[in-house]
Amino acid sequence: MAHPVSPSELYLWLHGLWQRAGLPEGWWLALWAVLVAAVILIFVLLTVLILIWLERKVSGDIQSRLGPARVGTKFGLLQTAADALKLLLKEDIIPACADKPLFVIAPLLVFVPAFMVYIVLPFGRGLVAENLNLGVLYVIAVSALPALGFLMAGWGSNNKYSLIGGMRAVAQLMTYEIPLGLAVLTVVMAVGSLSTVAIVAHQRAWWHIVASPPLAVAFVVYFVAALAEVNRIPFDLPEAEAELVAGYHTEYSGMRWAIFFMGEYAYLFFVSAFAVTLFLGGWHGPFLPPVLWFLIKTYAIILVVMWIRWTYPRLRIDQVMRFGWKVLVPVALINLVVAGFWLVWFAT
Amino acid sequence: MSSLEALPVQAPGLPTDELVINMGPQHPSTHGVLRLVLTLDGEVIADVDPDIGYLHRGMEKIAENRTYAQYLPYTDRFDYLSSLNSNLAYCLAVERLAGIEVPERAHYLRVILAELNRVASHLIWLATFANDLGATTVFLYGMRERELIVDLFEMALGARLTYAGMRIGGMPYDLPDGFEQATRDAIRQIRPRLDENDRLLTGNQIFQSRTRGVGVLSREDALAYAVSGPTLRGSGVAMDVRRADPYCIYDRLDFDVPSFPQGDCFARHLVRIEEMRQSMCIVEQCLDRMPAGPVRAKLPRAFKPAAGEAYARTESPRGDLSMFVVSDGSASPCRLRVRAPSFANLQALKVMARGGKIGDLVATLGSIDIVLGEIDR
Repeated sequence: MAHPVSPSELYLWLHGLWQRAGLPEGWWLALWAVLVAAVILIFVLLTVLILIWLERKVSGDIQSRLGPARVGTKFGLLQTAADALKLLLKEDIIPACADKPLFVIAPLLVFVPAFMVYIVLPFGRGLVAENLNLGVLYVIAVSALPALGFLMAGWGSNNKYSLIGGMRAVAQLMTYEIPLGLAVLTVVMAVGSLSTVAIVAHQRAWWHIVASPPLAVAFVVYFVAALAEVNRIPFDLPEAEAELVAGYHTEYSGMRWAIFFMGEYAYLFFVSAFAVTLFLGGWHGPFLPPVLWFLIKTYAIILVVMWIRWTYPRLRIDQVMRFGWKVLVPVALINLVVAGFWLVWFAT
Repeated sequence: MSSLEALPVQAPGLPTDELVINMGPQHPSTHGVLRLVLTLDGEVIADVDPDIGYLHRGMEKIAENRTYAQYLPYTDRFDYLSSLNSNLAYCLAVERLAGIEVPERAHYLRVILAELNRVASHLIWLATFANDLGATTVFLYGMRERELIVDLFEMALGARLTYAGMRIGGMPYDLPDGFEQATRDAIRQIRPRLDENDRLLTGNQIFQSRTRGVGVLSREDALAYAVSGPTLRGSGVAMDVRRADPYCIYDRLDFDVPSFPQGDCFARHLVRIEEMRQSMCIVEQCLDRMPAGPVRAKLPRAFKPAAGEAYARTESPRGDLSMFVVSDGSASPCRLRVRAPSFANLQALKVMARGGKIGDLVATLGSIDIVLGEIDR
């Protein structure tokens, strides 16, 4: 395993402890990897539980009903846990004519990348699993993987609705990855580094969203593209219930379906957290501890995303594609050029 | 060489196939148990073939084995979202057949209930139409508003969905005390909420892009397919049976017949939103003018209309709901025939949906507001 180029403070501190205890160096990296994976996995699972509960409560509030209110002591706090337990106990159904290997792998291929990207997320000062110097590139590369999972699910299910859903998912994800990447690139240009830690450090004085007009535009482009990337209304075409029953996961049930669901919410948290990292100053903020600031900002974005979902209707697939290629991509490209000029004229 | 020549000429690029897909009978947006056999060219609909009959109960035949009074509750199950309108059509037909004079007050009560039921039905339409377009919140709002009306029905008739709320010759009983005030209160609550839903949806850019120019039904096609109700008025024909062939007391009431010429889903949406407002006005007018008096005509114990036939037209929330009753002088109808508006409206789906996307089909189907109970009977 390659040594991180610029190790995080957390890594150095723990490594120091390990060395002072006189434990073998060879085991350190293996232990570190397992530790990081375990911590992130627990964090992701907890986050997903909270997000699903939050979504139900928010939607209930918007739709003038209560949402879950019975399981758990108050506010239906344990409703999601109870549902997760139910899903675990359900029969594992694989359709008779499904392409079995594809069908089985697909949910994992959606969930695992959504979990992998957390590695470069700076939760607080020095609180990052791996400060990769190519962090942003890593995120964009890894988050392109779920498209493959959606297509495999759509194809492997041997269901026409699933197939259409899978096709839609791939078309949509591919389309919106471009403006997303361009928006991120605007930030990278301003910072001059692909490291997420460096990007947060760069926002010590001014959050990027208020630092310059091109960055503000980049935030809007990023936000819209991210909505499409996480398949949220108005871009939830791949699983449009009214049209495709459930899109690519029509044939999935029980735990396999739950893994899709977990991937979706894990990724929702990630794109929101990444928006905070890129544009909203990361963990920077007065008075409160950095981790708390980071979570407050992230949940603020998540609440906006939920608010949009429970307010707007759904676009049509051709409108989604047209908006992506004819509006968002040109805007992002022009914005990138403007950002270049801005850097040359104002920043130096 | 010869085998090469035998290959079909292909458009440049990859060869593609049409995909035949069953939409329904189990599908979230087929509004009950409808099967649509879609032929898809990618996302584009090449053809759509509605397959009905999953809810067929032989309702017209059942009528021949029931007495006139016994059959009334069955009419609840035609258009179960506006049972009272079906009750009304049946009662009007039988009363015309037997030449029964209905008391004035009963007419008013019938119109009040039928119009309230129209609002309730349109609210469900608004809810499901929005849900088909992905606006789940409007679904809950529509149901919330409908609840107020359903409560009124529970108060007046004791039931919440299938009321059997009318009788041949009038109403089963007079309205309970406090109904008038409760109705006025409910209308006062629904009005602003309807405006709120209207603001939430009608002006929304996404909603408009999903409905404007989608599922267009031209005036000529609408007439050729004998489409009726809001679907017809959305195609620019201001035909409303309440105005064109008034029954009960509609000729004495003041109301508009909204119509829009575009013929698309948006026009049908606007028609129904406006109709809800008009219906609430009608209810208020009736409450103001309602005379006192009996609510039910005296009928002979053994009700046997003389041999003959009668046809009654009404405007149900879905369109021209008409019933044709033939009597042979016995206690049960010799033949009952229902002209269900949803049936005719559904036939026009083919014209509206062809060439659109799957999303358009869902919007179009939602906008013509069919009820399968009435189509299959």
